[in-house]
Amino acid sequence: MSLFNIFDISASGLSAQSVRLNVTASNISNAQSVAGSEGAAYKARNPVFSAMYKDAFNPQSANVGVETLGIVENSAEAPKRYEPGNPLADEDGYIYLSNVNSIEEMTNMMSASRGYQNNVEVLNTSKDLLLQTLRLGE
Amino acid sequence: MSNPIDKLFGVHAQAITLRAARSEMLAANLANSDTPNYKAKDIDFKSAFQSLQGGAAQSSVQLTKSSAQHISNEINGVASHAIRYRLPSHASLDGNTVDSDFEKSAFTENAIRYQASLSILGKKISGLISTLRGE
Repeated sequence: MSLFNIFDISASGLSAQSVRLNVTASNISNAQSVAGSEGAAYKARNPVFSAMYKDAFNPQSANVGVETLGIVENSAEAPKRYEPGNPLADEDGYIYLSNVNSIEEMTNMMSASRGYQNNVEVLNTSKDLLLQTLRLGE
Repeated sequence: MSNPIDKLFGVHAQAITLRAARSEMLAANLANSDTPNYKAKDIDFKSAFQSLQGGAAQSSVQLTKSSAQHISNEINGVASHAIRYRLPSHASLDGNTVDSDFEKSAFTENAIRYQASLSILGKKISGLISTLRGE
């Protein structure tokens, strides 16, 4: 019954979007973090989504959900600021900021929340259809 | 179609299986709305339904399978020629062709048509029951 597969598919979408929302929250909360060296500065993180094609030759799983392959760090250079009074400053007086772009993160957050809502709606509609089908003939 | 019950239910019993398969496909599109390089798919309902009924001669081609590992030309009970990739209305940089708004409206439309077939089936069942009771 393919309506039951929708639960798996939409659940994978929900979990992927919530991972994205989590990562975005971590990025936004660390947008103002500072560090004493380039390497220790917070780097913006992003999840990598991929369609679950692992079992694609099985005709029963032709419709695929989504999975999170991993979380990658943004490789952009951490901006540095001259602040010799800061206790974290290195010997030249620089502190290193995170490379989080707040605007990028806000759009990411909105896109993730819309994706999450879409999946919830699909789940609810499918649940209603299934329940109505179960009541067929009553 | 020799079973009289099948005859009673008519096209709607087949239609809801197709509708269910289509809603699964649209759900997969929506779940992958942010997946890079994912291509949205949809079922061409008319040709899928025709080949389900064995109507049009050219669309009811069956592949002979002599081994369980042979690839079928049916996916989830839907003839594979009826499954098509969606033509994107605008290009996106990550190669994704899912338009969430379009998919959502298609999903809702499909769900309503599913419900329509379902209520017709329900009425046929209650009609049959009241005929059997003879009240």
